[in-house]
Amino acid sequence: MERLSSPVLFVFLLLVMARNGVVTWRRRTEKIDGSDPSPSDTKEVHVLAVDDSHVDRKVIERLLKISSCKVTAVDSGSRALQFLGLDEEKNSNSFYGLKVDLIITDYCMPGMTGYELLKKIKESSAFREIPVVIMSSENVLARIDRCLEEGAEDFIVKPVKLSDVKRIKDYMTRDFRVGEGERGINKRKLRDSCDLSSSPPSILSSPVSSSSSSSSSPSPTILSVSAPCSPSSLDSPSRRLKMTSSE
Amino acid sequence: MLGLAADRLRADMNRLLAFLFHQGILDEQFLQLQQLQDESSPNFVSEVVNIYFHESEKLLRNLRSLLMDREFLDYRKMGNHLNQFMGSSSSIGAKRVRNVCVAFRAASEHNNRAGCLTALELLEHEYCFLKNKLHELFQIQQQRVLATGVRYPM
Repeated sequence: MERLSSPVLFVFLLLVMARNGVVTWRRRTEKIDGSDPSPSDTKEVHVLAVDDSHVDRKVIERLLKISSCKVTAVDSGSRALQFLGLDEEKNSNSFYGLKVDLIITDYCMPGMTGYELLKKIKESSAFREIPVVIMSSENVLARIDRCLEEGAEDFIVKPVKLSDVKRIKDYMTRDFRVGEGERGINKRKLRDSCDLSSSPPSILSSPVSSSSSSSSSPSPTILSVSAPCSPSSLDSPSRRLKMTSSE
Repeated sequence: MLGLAADRLRADMNRLLAFLFHQGILDEQFLQLQQLQDESSPNFVSEVVNIYFHESEKLLRNLRSLLMDREFLDYRKMGNHLNQFMGSSSSIGAKRVRNVCVAFRAASEHNNRAGCLTALELLEHEYCFLKNKLHELFQIQQQRVLATGVRYPM
C-alpha cells in the first residue's frame, strides 16, 4: 500500500479530532450559526446576579467585575426572568432576552426565592444549560442538597469572597468545553458521589483557565485547598465540608 | 512637611483599623472589601458602607416601630428585618452588629418582648458606634488624599 502523504494524514487527523474530542468546536459553531454571536461568547463571561439586598448586589457586582466578568445585577427572581426573556407564565422566551453565561442568585428573597428561580430556569428548555449558583447566609445542609439536586452548579455561603467567585469562574470556563453528553454524566456522578461534592468528576481534564497568582482554587473538588494568600481563601472550598462533617 | 502629615495619617488609620479588628467590630470581610478597591473603583468601600448605613437605618426604624406596637408584635416581620440586617452586616464585615442581630433574632423567635427591647437598644448602640468609627476612618482617608494628592487604595 502506498504511503499516505502528510497533508492527507493531517486532514485525516483533523477529522478524527473533530469527531472525538473537540466538542468545543461544535458548540462554538452552533452559537455562530444560531443565536447572535455576541462578543461575550468567547471572550467575556456575562453573569446575571440576583439579590434583593442592595449591599450584596454592590459587592457581588464588584467581585465579578474584578474577575473580568460582565455583570447585570437585578433585585428579584421575576426581574431576572424578565431579563432573560423568559415569560413567567408561559415558560416561553420572548425575543428580547439577553445572553447570559452564568446566573448567581441569593436563596432567601421575598417573592420568588432563589430555589424557585433555579427550578424555573432548569425547567426551561432555552435556559436550562445556564449554570446557576446559589448564595445563602444560612449554612443548611438540607438546603444545599435541595439546590444541588435541582441542578445548581454550586452553593456559596455568604459573605461571598473573591476566592468564591474565582472558583465558580473556573466552573464556567470548564463547562464551555464540555458537550451535551458529558454534562449528563456530571449530574449523575454528582448524585452518586459524596453528597457534598458539587464539582464535576475527574473525568474532565484539569481546568483550562490557569490559576492566577492570587487566591484561586485550581481544582474544583471541595477536598482540595487553594494556595492561601489570605486566611479567608481557605474558607471557601472547605467551608461546606467543614460544616457538614460536624452535623 | 507634607511627608510627616501623610505618615501621621497613615499611622492613625492603621491604629484605628487595628482597634476595630481587635475589638471584633470588624472582621476579615471588611479586608475583602478593601481589596476590591482600586484605581478603577477608588471609592468602593465608602460606597458600599454608605448603602449599608442607609439600609440599616431603615431597618432599625422598622424594628423600633414594630416593637412599639402595644397590641400586636409582629415577630415574623421582625425576623425578616433581622435576617436582612444580619446579611448586610456580614457582607461588609460588621461582626459585632451581626452578632447582636443573632441574639435579637433568638429573642424574637422565643416571642420574648423584653429581650427584644434590650437587644434593639444594644443593636442601636453598636450600630452607632460602628458608624462613627467608619466615618472616622473615611475622614482619615480623605485627609491622606489631601495631604499627598494621591489616592491610596485602602
